Amino acid sequence: MKELKIFGIVAAFTLILYWGVEPFAHSQMHKHVEGDDLKYSDLKPLTVKGDAKRGESLAMACIGCHSIDVKNMPAPMDAVAAAQSFGVNPPDLSLAGKLLDEKFFAHFLLNPAEVTKSKHFAMPPSASSEQDAADIVAYFKSIAPKEVTPKEGYVFACGRCHANRYDKWTQIGDVPKTKSNIKTGVDLDALEFKKKLGTYQNKLADYMGKLPPDLSIIYRARSEHFLETFIEDPQSQLPGTAMPRVGLNHEGLEKVMAYLESTGDPSKPKREAIGPKVLGFFVIFAFLAFLWKKSIWKGHH
Amino acid sequence: MAHFDENARPFSHQWLNERLAIDTLKRVLSTEYWIPKNINFLWAMGMVLAATFGLLLVSGIFLLMYYQPNTELAFDSVNYTIMTEVGYGWLWRHIHGVGASVVFLVIYIHMFTGIYYGSYKRGRELIWLSGMLLFVTFSAEAFSGYMLPWGQMSYWAGMVITNLFSGGSLHADALVEWIRGDYVPGQAFLNRFFMLHVLLLPLVIIGLIVLHFGTLRIPHVNNQEGEELDFEKEAALYKEGKIRESKVIPFNPVFLSKDVFVLGIYFIFFFYLVFYHFEFAMDPVNFDPADPLKTPPHIYPEWYFLWSYEILRPFPTDPGLVAFGIAQVIFFLLPFLDKSPNVAPAHKRGLFKYWFWALLIDMIVLTFMGKLPPEGIWSVIGLIAAIFFFVLWIALPIITKKEKKL
Repeated sequence: MKELKIFGIVAAFTLILYWGVEPFAHSQMHKHVEGDDLKYSDLKPLTVKGDAKRGESLAMACIGCHSIDVKNMPAPMDAVAAAQSFGVNPPDLSLAGKLLDEKFFAHFLLNPAEVTKSKHFAMPPSASSEQDAADIVAYFKSIAPKEVTPKEGYVFACGRCHANRYDKWTQIGDVPKTKSNIKTGVDLDALEFKKKLGTYQNKLADYMGKLPPDLSIIYRARSEHFLETFIEDPQSQLPGTAMPRVGLNHEGLEKVMAYLESTGDPSKPKREAIGPKVLGFFVIFAFLAFLWKKSIWKGHH
Repeated sequence: MAHFDENARPFSHQWLNERLAIDTLKRVLSTEYWIPKNINFLWAMGMVLAATFGLLLVSGIFLLMYYQPNTELAFDSVNYTIMTEVGYGWLWRHIHGVGASVVFLVIYIHMFTGIYYGSYKRGRELIWLSGMLLFVTFSAEAFSGYMLPWGQMSYWAGMVITNLFSGGSLHADALVEWIRGDYVPGQAFLNRFFMLHVLLLPLVIIGLIVLHFGTLRIPHVNNQEGEELDFEKEAALYKEGKIRESKVIPFNPVFLSKDVFVLGIYFIFFFYLVFYHFEFAMDPVNFDPADPLKTPPHIYPEWYFLWSYEILRPFPTDPGLVAFGIAQVIFFLLPFLDKSPNVAPAHKRGLFKYWFWALLIDMIVLTFMGKLPPEGIWSVIGLIAAIFFFVLWIALPIITKKEKKL
């Protein structure tokens, strides 16, 4: 039928056009980086087995800077004071054993700057032998909670450098709920918090070279593949970037990506719920319109 | 003085007819508005465009209720308030974004249909010209709308396009500043493009749509063979009941029933894009907030401007601007550059057939090159395609003059 042939030509040109300006153009514009499936192949496999018991006593050195919430061990300084000393607030270590790759974690303890590929990494080498490192890793694996939410994963891995304003997350924690004075409209607690955050951000920007970007909607601004390979090894996508390699394992990456998706593309579940109904409506609409057209055109040809 | 029956009930048929001539209106605009029978689904593209414009208008009104035209707030009002806090805000936004892209696809199909069937000739020149005015106004509407989310691509596209008004070595920087209301795009710039996008340009578009319909009424729609019909004779045949012999059909309900069916198919495609494939219409770069200190590595317009962007880009600044200027208006001249007396589909018109497909393919090549980084082989292909574009338009009067009368 002639109309179908014409439709075929229009559809073919439309698809060629789409291919050229979308998949093809983007493949030429961005260099393709192959991920390593979080194997961290540049690091040697561990030759020793860790002993959590020994690790526990070694790990007591960590709380000189870090907190371990699951063990009710607080950090010696608050976030702002820590940033003033180190440039950034050291993470709480409760989830370290759960979300970090085991091999990466052990090598990281031996030589943080080299393993993170970040020249001025604040943390000094913190294990004197591979055995010590493996023991500490084993300890943190033994104390990790069973379940982790995507936000907890994000806070641990990204949240001390990257805010997420669409989830009211700042580098020093959630934006607190405060009340303003009803007579003046002045909210002193909010101002106090802003000042603390500002102090922290200034220190962080000095440490990193600039303030790391807010990640509220990064999920729409970069492709999923870019984010995954970038988190796995920042230097592969942005050579020279100050961002350290954080060494997440599959679970850690999954949590971070789930969180980024929830703030960057919150309508996904709603789209998936309504989409089939709307399309179904128009399929029925088109079918009824076809019957109407057929009955109206009867006798015309 | 018209006759008004004092006994007519208010708002009854007779009462309305005496005041509004509704019977006449209905006849002239609908039941006896004659359309050729020999047409295909491409003749429904006007209705598809009207429906898409309707979707853009309605979704735009909903977005307008929450959008903040302020450089500090615009980005988050779109990406957070509308996408998260407003009920179905994400749906309105995706309809608006996808609609803005798809409307150009249909405009191009509509234009190339007109070119293929010679629907800009012999009495139909004003249809073509008013349509071209609509195309230009839609382009301005799309560009001004693209500024509003105030992302990186909004900002830098705004910078690049307003810079064109400096006229290359004319250095009309004062004009550029006047357009921006500032040295660089900022609050004044955002406010005026907001005004253009939500008020002035939509008003112009609505006026032009009315004009476009008006220009269509007397010459009537073209048909698949370019046959010149005696509409009065054919209409008389139809009204006698010889609907099989007559070469025309009434707009309502016969043509309309086909339009509605095509609309149904179109809406399946459109809402498939809205729900499952909207990324193509919303460039990732624009999800980074505008940053005047950081130029994105690749700046490119939306796909529907790429062919004319690529006519600007491969040449040195001044000739590039002249070429770009000509490319913007050359389609207006089509009815006057086509010297052939034939109103017929391209496949019956000798060399014009090859001209048509060459133009279409050249514009697709330009579109591809307009997005690719201007390096190596891509810029060579772009330059050749841009020169070929002008060769085609210079050749048009020559080859159509030689065309034999059918």
